[in-house]
Formats: sequence, C-alpha cells, structure tokens
Amino acid sequence: MRNIEAAEITAAVKSLFLEACRMPGADVLDAIKNAYENETCAPAKEGLRQLLLNARIAKETHMPYCQDTGMAVVFIEIGQDVHISGSLEDAVNAGVREAYDTGYLRKSVLNPISRKNTNDNTPAVIHYDIVSGDGLKISAAPKGFGSENMSRIAMLKPSDGLSGIKSFVIESVKAAGGSPCPPVVIGVGIGGTFEKCALMAKKQLLREIGSVNPDPFLAGLEAELKNDINALGIGAMGFGGGSYCFAVHISAYPTHIAGLPVAVNFQCHAARHASITL
Amino acid sequence: MTDLTTPLSADIRKNLRAGMSVTLSGTVYTARDAAHARLYEMIRNGEALPFEVSGSGIYYAGPCPDMPGRVINSCGPTTSSRMNAYAPMLYDMGLHFVIGKGPVSPEVREAIVRNNAVYFAAVGGAGALIASHIIEAQLVAFPDLGAEAIRRLTFDHVPLIVAVDSRGSSVYDR
Repeated sequence: MRNIEAAEITAAVKSLFLEACRMPGADVLDAIKNAYENETCAPAKEGLRQLLLNARIAKETHMPYCQDTGMAVVFIEIGQDVHISGSLEDAVNAGVREAYDTGYLRKSVLNPISRKNTNDNTPAVIHYDIVSGDGLKISAAPKGFGSENMSRIAMLKPSDGLSGIKSFVIESVKAAGGSPCPPVVIGVGIGGTFEKCALMAKKQLLREIGSVNPDPFLAGLEAELKNDINALGIGAMGFGGGSYCFAVHISAYPTHIAGLPVAVNFQCHAARHASITL
Repeated sequence: MTDLTTPLSADIRKNLRAGMSVTLSGTVYTARDAAHARLYEMIRNGEALPFEVSGSGIYYAGPCPDMPGRVINSCGPTTSSRMNAYAPMLYDMGLHFVIGKGPVSPEVREAIVRNNAVYFAAVGGAGALIASHIIEAQLVAFPDLGAEAIRRLTFDHVPLIVAVDSRGSSVYDR
C-alpha cells in the first residue's frame, strides 16, 4: 500500500489549474492555425486570425486566453493500492481554491437557486475511477459554460438506430449554432444509462485533437459526423465557412434492450486540460 | 477595416452592414446576466440607473479579476442570447449598440431595426486580445457582483464584426 499525503494532491491540483486555465493545448493551437490557413470565408478567417493573436498575447501577458476560466472539473484515477492521508475531496477543493485565488482566475461558481457566488470557484466537480496499481492520475479540465450550455442528452428509442444518433448530433449542432464559441470539439456518448452516457461524452473532450478512435467503426463515424457538421456552413464563431468543429470524439457502452441514450457535450476552442500522475 | 468611435451617430449606425469588420474606440459599459436582472428591477421600480442607457453601448462581459500592472484582465464576450429577455427594452430606451457573441432572437433583431441600432460580435474566447485594447476600466455599480459588476471601459480599437445591422440582417444567417 502506497501512501500519498493530501497536501501533495492540493499542490498538484493547484498547479494543473494554473497551467490549464491560461492556455489551450498545443493540439488546439495547431488546429486553429490549420483552420485559419484553410478558411476562405472572410469574417470567419478574421475571427481565426484574432484567436491566433489572442494566444500570442495571452502567452506574453500571462492573462488567461479566455476570461471564462470555467467550473473546475477534475478526473481522478486512483490505484487500488493507494492510501490517501487526509480527505481527497478537501485536498482537491483546496487546490482549486488556491489556483483561482492566486492566479487571478475568474470565480464563476455559485448556488444554482440563490445565485450567490462561492467566491473561490469551489466546489469542483470530481469524477473518480478506481484502477489497478499504486498510481494517482489527476486531470484538470476547467469547463466554460458558453459551450456547456449548448450540450444535450436524448433518450432515443431503439428503433431510432444509427440514423437517429446521427440526426440528434446534427440537430444539436444546428441548435447550438454560433453560441458555443466554435471551432469546437464535440464529445458524444452513446449507450449506457442517463448519467453514464453524459460522462462518456464529457471524457471524450479530454482526447487530443487528431487522435484516432481505437474502435474502427467509431473512428469512421467520427470522421463522417465531423465532415457533415462542417458542411453545414455555420463556421468558426458562427460567421460562416467550413471550420465549425476540430473533431468529433465518440465513446460507446452497452445499454438496455429498451434504450438508446445519446449525449452531446460541446467544448469551445479554449479546450483546456492538464494531467499529472503522482 | 472601418474604425468607429463612440457615440455612434445615427448615420453611422444606419450604414453598418452585417459581416463588416470594424474596430471600436470610446466608452462601453459591461453588464451580463446578474447586472441585467438588477437593471430590469430598477427600471420596473422607476429608479435611476447607474449609467445613462440612451446613446450608450453595453458589452456582455465579465472579466477575470484584476492583475497587478494591467488595466483589466482577460475580458472576452459572453453569449448574447441569455440577455434576449432584456435587450429589446434597453434598445427601446435608446441603447445604441450591444457587443456579445452568438445569434440573438427575432425579437431582439426587431428592436435593433426599430431603433436604428446595432449588434456587434466580438470573437468569443479572445479575452486576452480584447483586454489588450482596453485602456481604462472603472467600477460603476454592483461591486458585490464581482465579475458581473458594471464597469465603464474605454476601448482603443477593439476588433469587432457587425453581427446584426439596422436593417435586421445577421452574420449568423445561413
């Protein structure tokens, strides 16, 4: 049994959010550059130019790339041979609090009914997976709500089938239009139960842009949907053209004989995440 | 690229066309969800507002907390459609323009046409770029709202796109 101190987890979470909230990953910046070079629709091309400039200014000034530094989503893979000294949940929230406080990051989290802000961006949304071994992997994924608000879930009927799944994804994109800050990454969950489906869609947002789905059928479906979505002409920022989505990432899981859940989770171009294994 | 300065004259507002790239300099007030809810209550109660809406422009934005040595921290636009319920009333009170991102409702577009107003889109997520074009920022009202407080900003050539023009055309129409 390996022991990990709660303080070590707090320090790791703090440094992950400080890193992730400032700048999207290299895969995103490459994808923006690529879209800019290939885009022919003038307003969309101008928007993409501004995003490249924005990344440069964010780097030079240390201002966050986007002011919506999100709700703190944390994925933890904890080895079954690990013991934590102290409260894991408290340790994670302490790390979030320190990062948002010292990093001049926006505190966007509040009571859903009273709308009273917690003023430190806690609590985080934490997902735990228990895995084999004695490692502890922490992934920080600050999630902006311009894109989160456009996300949808449907409990389709088995008779809706594959074409129903595709239609729901396309209809979700049409309904979202220019609002979720495209170019976006679209995470799709197919199957499982209501909550499993949504969580699969969310986890797909952590995949690197350009990574190939290990399931050949899903890899084909991802390519087809990406193509169909970009052909809608909504475009970057919703200003037109063919740069609406960088990637569609899909995960599937067995479901019940009576059901066909499908979840669509939007991720804006400020696709920020960082991971560490302790 | 057309360079605009506030206040925007009736002629200028009339001649802007959806899809045009512009830069904007001059005074703009930030207000988003919570500030709009309060402004709406104040208007219903006949109270004096913290700034003169007529002839002004509102920027749907809530910046990151102030950083030492900078006028304002990252400050990009938020989704305009969440303010659909409030925008027509404010345009009818003489608001010249709004800056946000994403499509707005048919009711908002009608109000823009009715008032010879305009809706600009800033590039969503370009918070650091926009902040670098803001040369003055002052808290005006609702400091308890934090990021959602009303601030008076002075823009210096903030890049925008005309999203809905005074004829009701939209850059988001396909």
